[in-house]
Amino acid sequence: MNPEVIRIEGLGKSYQASAGAFPALKAVKLTIRKGEFVAIMGPSGSGKSTFMNILGCLDAPTIGRYEMEGRSVAELDRDELALLRNRTIGFVFQGFNLLPRMTLRDNVALPLIYCGVKKAERQARAETLLVKVGLADKADSLPNQISGGQQQRVAIARALVNRPSLLLADEPTGNLDSHTSLDIMALFETLNHEGITIVLVTHEPDIARHAKRQIHFLDGGIVSDQMTEELTA
Amino acid sequence: MLGEAWRAMGANKMRTILTMLGMVIGVGAVVLMMAIGQGAQYAIGQTISAMGSNLFVLLSGSSQTGGVRTGSGSALTLTVADADAIAELPGVQASAPIHPGSAQVVYGPNNWNTAIIGSTPAYLDARAWPVVSGAAFTASDVRSATRVALIGQTTAQNLFGDEDPVGRTLRIRQSPFTVLGVLGSKGQGMDGRDQDDSLIIPLTTAQRNVFGTQFPGTVRMVMVQAASQEIMPQVEKSMTELLRQRHRLREGQEADFYLRNLTAVADSAAESTRVMSMLLGAIASVSLLVGGIGIMNIMLVSVTERTREIGIRMAIGARERDILLQFLLEAVIISVVGCFIGLLLGIGGAWLTQLLTDTMVIISGSSVLVAFGVAATVGIFFGYYPAQKAARLNPIEALRYP
Repeated sequence: MNPEVIRIEGLGKSYQASAGAFPALKAVKLTIRKGEFVAIMGPSGSGKSTFMNILGCLDAPTIGRYEMEGRSVAELDRDELALLRNRTIGFVFQGFNLLPRMTLRDNVALPLIYCGVKKAERQARAETLLVKVGLADKADSLPNQISGGQQQRVAIARALVNRPSLLLADEPTGNLDSHTSLDIMALFETLNHEGITIVLVTHEPDIARHAKRQIHFLDGGIVSDQMTEELTA
Repeated sequence: MLGEAWRAMGANKMRTILTMLGMVIGVGAVVLMMAIGQGAQYAIGQTISAMGSNLFVLLSGSSQTGGVRTGSGSALTLTVADADAIAELPGVQASAPIHPGSAQVVYGPNNWNTAIIGSTPAYLDARAWPVVSGAAFTASDVRSATRVALIGQTTAQNLFGDEDPVGRTLRIRQSPFTVLGVLGSKGQGMDGRDQDDSLIIPLTTAQRNVFGTQFPGTVRMVMVQAASQEIMPQVEKSMTELLRQRHRLREGQEADFYLRNLTAVADSAAESTRVMSMLLGAIASVSLLVGGIGIMNIMLVSVTERTREIGIRMAIGARERDILLQFLLEAVIISVVGCFIGLLLGIGGAWLTQLLTDTMVIISGSSVLVAFGVAATVGIFFGYYPAQKAARLNPIEALRYP
């Protein structure tokens, strides 16, 4: 069996609302191994986005244990978390979240600034990634000059530029039409074949079908966890 | 990092320029005001040192004839002997009896009305007035009332033109005088008169041959120099006591002489200049402070506007110090560039002031350094809070910012 990338036990998250604590996640237990391609599904309000943010070390759980590659995330300080987000995790957002005033090349190279890579190498690595996502000729364009699908490809390139072992994607196709969505999913499948662990959140069964494993959330807990092969069989 | 700061500043050029303008005006004002203040202090220092240091002036008392009182110096109560006695007091450096007047001076076809000072060699010491060519007259000239003169620069220019006056003979009221030496330039006095428009001759010569006096041996004024600033009050006291004794004044009787401390007048002039330049600097510093607050204000707006960007940067691995540095750098660049422009404007303004108003200005290296240091400090001080606010943001909340 492949080594564990993510190990989660008894994870809970509650928000302080005026009517008291509102639980968004309750006692989640999950293990994800290297090379897996996991789709997290569920209706809105089921806690899947909150779960994703905790996975990406953008948010902290209220209770429970989260281990990333064997290290307990709760014990890391803010700088170590930043390092984890920089080196180990690549995050892809629903809204792409590119910086509007930067060229695509600079956008892709941005994570490398925060780990001290020299400018020439930053540029070279960014170009390599842009070739990989099929946008080599647009390196000097600005984000608002390209389509949504292309922007999401740039965002994926940015997430991959520091060679992370884990790619997290929160509704990556949510803002895209069905044809473009298929392109993006094909890209994810290719990346997974190359060995990157992928976890993505979606509420569309068609999208989730591209993943190897599908997990359903409801009311802050996991209600089903099956391999796609079993579901289609 | 620098490129990032430039990009951010370029994205909102108008705002950056206006924020910078606050610093430009602040630094420009400080530099200009310091230049004017230091110039004024220097000018007053020049005037004071030209006057001579630690000086007293003794004036003869006033006379009263049937209810009509004349001015000081009219009664001729002071004598040359008084001046000599004062010279013997401890702490007195020089004591020079003076007979001032003015007369028409003639050399060849030229004539010129100038101030004539009859005195002793001690006068030159007290006023720290050097002879730049030729030589000064001596005590023996004073004793034998020789007809010799030391000529001031303005007088020399008017009588002799380009000729060297030393050794020439000029005439004062028909009497021939040999010019022994030319005095150094003193410039304008505290009262605004040209001190170089003068001629110094031996006291005895002035009294006997030029002006005449009813009472030989008496003088209208005596200039006294103390050895140092510290002992001036002591010298003043012993001088008063000595003169009261010599003039046989009873206890409580009004003195028949006036004693003035010239240094005190000069000091108060210097003090008021110093206060003025400090005031100018303080007012200018306020505008620097306002400029700094402007930077802080704009950086706070900028941080709020770019909350989402900060969230994105944090999500892809920016540490707190990366964000802090990014915003701090922006604030410091704005203030330092603003400072540089302000410096140029301030120096230009000072130069223009000198040109247009004939005011003396001094731009010292220290004032430039201070302005730069203050600008960098202002940038860091007023940029730190907004930058820290940005760095402390929670990534997930920053990402959710619309």
